[in-house]
Amino acid sequence: MNANHMIAAYGDLTDDGFMQLNFTLPIPCDDVAREAAREMAAKMGLKNIQVATMESVTPTHTFFVVVGACEHRVDLSKIKVPKLEFKPMKIDAIDALIQKEIGRKLKVIGCNTGADAHTVGIDAIMNMKGYSGDYGLERYKMLDAKNLGSQVSNEDLVAMIQKEKPDVVLISKIITQRDIHLKDLQDFMTLVKSAGLHEKRLMIVGGPRITNKEAVALGYDAGFSTGATASVVASYFVQEWIKRGWK
Amino acid sequence: MSKARRKASRKTASFKIEKKSQKVMAFKPRLSLSSSIIAQCRKMARDITQPVQDLIGNRTTVAIERTTLRLLGVEGCITQADGHPMPYVNVVVDQVRRHGLLSHGVLKTVCHVMAARNQSLDDVVSGIAKGEIDLSGITPEDLRVPKDMIRDMQKHATVVVKNLIEKGRNKDRSKNRKVWGNRDPLRYVIVATGNIHEDVTQAVSAAKNGADIIAVIRSTAQSLLDYVPDGLTTMGFGGTYATQANFRLMRKALHETSAEIGRYIHLTNYSSGLCMPEIAAMAALEDLDMLLNDAMYGILFRDINMKRTFIDQYFSRLICSVNSIFIQTGEDNYLTTADAYDSAHHVLASQFVNESFALRAKISPTRMCLGHAFEMDPKIEDGFLYEVAQAQMIRQIFPTSPIKYMPPTKHKQGDFFWSNLYDGMFNVCGQMTGQTIQLLGMATESLHNPMMHDRYWSLKNANYVFNNTRHLGEEIVWKKGGRVEKRAQEVLSHTHAMLRKVKKQGLMESISRGWFADVKRAPDGGRGLEGVCEKDFTYFNPVWDALELAAKVKASAKVKL
Repeated sequence: MNANHMIAAYGDLTDDGFMQLNFTLPIPCDDVAREAAREMAAKMGLKNIQVATMESVTPTHTFFVVVGACEHRVDLSKIKVPKLEFKPMKIDAIDALIQKEIGRKLKVIGCNTGADAHTVGIDAIMNMKGYSGDYGLERYKMLDAKNLGSQVSNEDLVAMIQKEKPDVVLISKIITQRDIHLKDLQDFMTLVKSAGLHEKRLMIVGGPRITNKEAVALGYDAGFSTGATASVVASYFVQEWIKRGWK
Repeated sequence: MSKARRKASRKTASFKIEKKSQKVMAFKPRLSLSSSIIAQCRKMARDITQPVQDLIGNRTTVAIERTTLRLLGVEGCITQADGHPMPYVNVVVDQVRRHGLLSHGVLKTVCHVMAARNQSLDDVVSGIAKGEIDLSGITPEDLRVPKDMIRDMQKHATVVVKNLIEKGRNKDRSKNRKVWGNRDPLRYVIVATGNIHEDVTQAVSAAKNGADIIAVIRSTAQSLLDYVPDGLTTMGFGGTYATQANFRLMRKALHETSAEIGRYIHLTNYSSGLCMPEIAAMAALEDLDMLLNDAMYGILFRDINMKRTFIDQYFSRLICSVNSIFIQTGEDNYLTTADAYDSAHHVLASQFVNESFALRAKISPTRMCLGHAFEMDPKIEDGFLYEVAQAQMIRQIFPTSPIKYMPPTKHKQGDFFWSNLYDGMFNVCGQMTGQTIQLLGMATESLHNPMMHDRYWSLKNANYVFNNTRHLGEEIVWKKGGRVEKRAQEVLSHTHAMLRKVKKQGLMESISRGWFADVKRAPDGGRGLEGVCEKDFTYFNPVWDALELAAKVKASAKVKL
């Protein structure tokens, strides 16, 4: 970090601000379009703009790749991110930690809620095989992990929590069109809180467009995005469980 | 079908199917694969599907009964107490089911009421739907349909089915419509804005940039709806509702685009979920070219009851057969739950099973777009060789089927520069192994639904690769006993072993043990079982009879390949 905590994008030289972007404008591909793209980039804070490519997608839509130097700077000292404090561990170490500190299996249920039919995210975390060489939670000796799959309604999940009494609930959200994922998550949290089911229970959200910040704002304990494998998620919730002094 | 009715329907149904010499390019085998093992696999698949076909034979479902009414021209919706519109066909079939009359066929009750009240089909249907006609008090023993009404219904059904045949024939005659014998794989892209009007804009744009097939992805929850929504829709999630009005709008736009650019644009949608046969009927009525239609997809990936799915798939495929719709199977999905390398044989085994089910519904192999995918972990050393091996193997094992190749999705993570390269490799593989349909990968997979420019650069990628590697496949001779050949032989042999196991256990038991795609489903679990009903021996459905007859006639008229 430089002295004044101000950073710029890095292309070829420190602080050159270099960026590439692509977008489509709903206008025919001509000189007016080129100028419109340039102005769009200028409004985004780019200097030395070069419209690298301008191609007609339809008679009324034009695709651009634009490069330029972004004049904006970001002040790192002003950025606040609710950061999850935990140490990444591997499967055996996590099992050993649960054994030692909690002394019983933690019960985990996971699913994709609402109308969302995608299981790829929850499967990567839950299923035995895991993802990218990182075993899923079903493989952990000290976890009792259950994957409910996709399209579980918020009501059904609440009923499931009442019945199974899991320690940890994982919710995957893939479809985000018109922010449907936020609405689903919000509705679920309202249900959970009105049923008093949020006490002594970790509620975690995951998905490509999920940020921890957003998840926390919605009342969840944590949010994970693309790249978080089972061991990352498990490291977090096991350590958080212990940190809170829960048994 | 009773003897008397069989006679009657023979009399009324005289389907003439013209022989059409469809040019089918059979691929010259290049990998050394045992033809006797392949033949044994087909034989085992037949044995596997036989008991399921027996189960299908004496059952019907609410979806089939609704489809029957739709094909006979029933339209319209009623606003329910909660303000939601519900199609007449749903309300009527539901009423008939509640009164314990469904096993006789919905038409039996409807005809009975028509005769008793001397009213038309439309009047009776809307009367039941609006609650003006009460079915309580009618017992199965009461159901009487006068002979002349039976004959009229049979005639009506024959006209309906003839119309489906004629519409299918017109599609086959369409200028430039050609699935086989193209110099490149057909470029297949999806649109999924949720708004049918935006979909049209995106689809037309894709077509003009080289797309040959447009799939309108359905809204994410639709497969679990036990009714088909009505009208033009603008509020889907992750896709757009499949409705007859939406089909019509998109079809019209693509026909216009086809005429404008001189290249035929195929339209496809999803005949899957709880309304599998209804969607097939709507697609037939609105001139869609293709449908996603898999015998087991709903069971494995949407947790729809297996009996319901098996019965529905048969009826939906009869419609596809009669109406010349190309079906696409969904084995690519297996590789999102199971590993693409370790479970490659699940795909091939399922293709044999799907092929067998489709043959039982009289679908010609030339209209079965069997699916598979390029989904191996890209970190595997020589993974491309194994992908090529599997693609080539499937091409050879189903030489007359238009193979549909699905792009990488599972291992894409948002770096679209890399994903674009990944899709390029997939396109090379598709071209060199002669895949018929290439569903183009989207570099922004896992980020958002494909946007206009995502589709544009994906097409640009495919256009470049297909042209630049056009005859690569013809130049290649695979090394005897090399990595590619050995891999293909290995997958085939695993498939053979798997089918043997499935044959021994039975298909339903095998599914409940998680042998397909690592997903376990119980025979009486899942959604929609309450909509399955055993047929009474007096079951009446002239549409079903006419469809079966027409499909049989059509299949026997097929040119020899």
